[in-house]
Amino acid sequence: MIQNIITAFLAAVLIENFVLVKFLGICPFLGVSKKTETALGMGLAVIFVMTVASGVTWLVQEYILKLFHLQYLQTISFILVIAALVQFVELVIQKTSQALYQALGVYLPLITTNCAVLGVCIINIQKGFDLLNAVLYGAFAGVGFTLAIVLFAGIRERLEFSDIPESLQGFPISLISASLVSLAFFGFQGLIK
Amino acid sequence: MSIWKTFKNGIIDENPTLRLVLGTCPTLAVTTSAFNALGMGISTTAVLIGSNLMVSLLRKFIPAKVRIPAYVTIIAGFVTIVQLLLKAYVPALDQALGIFIPLIVVNCIILARAETFASKNPPLASIIDGLGMGLGFTGALLIMGGFREILGNGSFFGLQLFGKAFSPALIMILPPGGFLAFGLLIGLVNQFSSIKVKPSGCAGCDGHCRKLLGKEG
Repeated sequence: MIQNIITAFLAAVLIENFVLVKFLGICPFLGVSKKTETALGMGLAVIFVMTVASGVTWLVQEYILKLFHLQYLQTISFILVIAALVQFVELVIQKTSQALYQALGVYLPLITTNCAVLGVCIINIQKGFDLLNAVLYGAFAGVGFTLAIVLFAGIRERLEFSDIPESLQGFPISLISASLVSLAFFGFQGLIK
Repeated sequence: MSIWKTFKNGIIDENPTLRLVLGTCPTLAVTTSAFNALGMGISTTAVLIGSNLMVSLLRKFIPAKVRIPAYVTIIAGFVTIVQLLLKAYVPALDQALGIFIPLIVVNCIILARAETFASKNPPLASIIDGLGMGLGFTGALLIMGGFREILGNGSFFGLQLFGKAFSPALIMILPPGGFLAFGLLIGLVNQFSSIKVKPSGCAGCDGHCRKLLGKEG
């Protein structure tokens, strides 16, 4: 059991990293990675939402869609559930913890259109996970996202001060550095067999 | 804006992928071959035209406060239609694109066009805008897909271009090659055009991004 969880953790964080290997959540990865602190804030918010969303959408799929044979409504219902969930989480955090709201508040609305969240929910169903595994996979995938975005923000902070050809400044050089980070993560392939 | 100008706007002046850098996930993920890229481009264009038309028709009825959830529902409806059609008629493409078909829902381009264009313009102009933007997206995907397939697999649309002596650079069809190809492509566009790429990753999503980027920068 413990061993399985560790294997799943390594797989989701390093080998099948959501951003660098599966190409999910590229928008925030490029958009919110200018500073390490903001990147960390975004990462934590994503871990939180992905974990909760994995659980809730699993329940929706199992006890509403499957029960009434409405599987074809998966895409519509999941995106609405995620949007509502993000709004709800934002309200709860705002009412209960001002400190947490200060830290995560601005990132929450962004997360609705983060394809990593909808992606993880759909993958959970496709892989036929049970509730516990789905929630764990959501959390681990979020950790993978956070690791990638924080590492990448560190690199971009350095890029600010380097001498880059004019036409490559900004996005192009970020993408080329992301390619190198992704190449590094490729080294983890074959870690688990 | 004239119809021709609206059409050209999406393909060249405000190309969603190369100019506004929207919808980066599918641009990187499904461009391992020209065929997949074309399939993704056409599916997204279909959703874009449908959602633009619907949003434009309903623009006087949707209250401003709930417009984003309303747009998302409309978009998700069209995505489901495309998803079912692909499953029924082009199962090979459905297999190849996999999870990225339902993820068309969260493609920033579509929500951005609903919010910035279709909600303010009549149906015909909105359809043209959707078509232009969709073709701009498809074109960019095709360039990416072609480039990666030729270098990474030595073929174009599955057709082998070189003899057996050619050993393809496999890395180009793996994830690192996707980032590299996209970075170089935007760099090239920057080099040969007078206007710079607008510096924001997801300028379209609700405008929340802009608020955040303002706060960050």
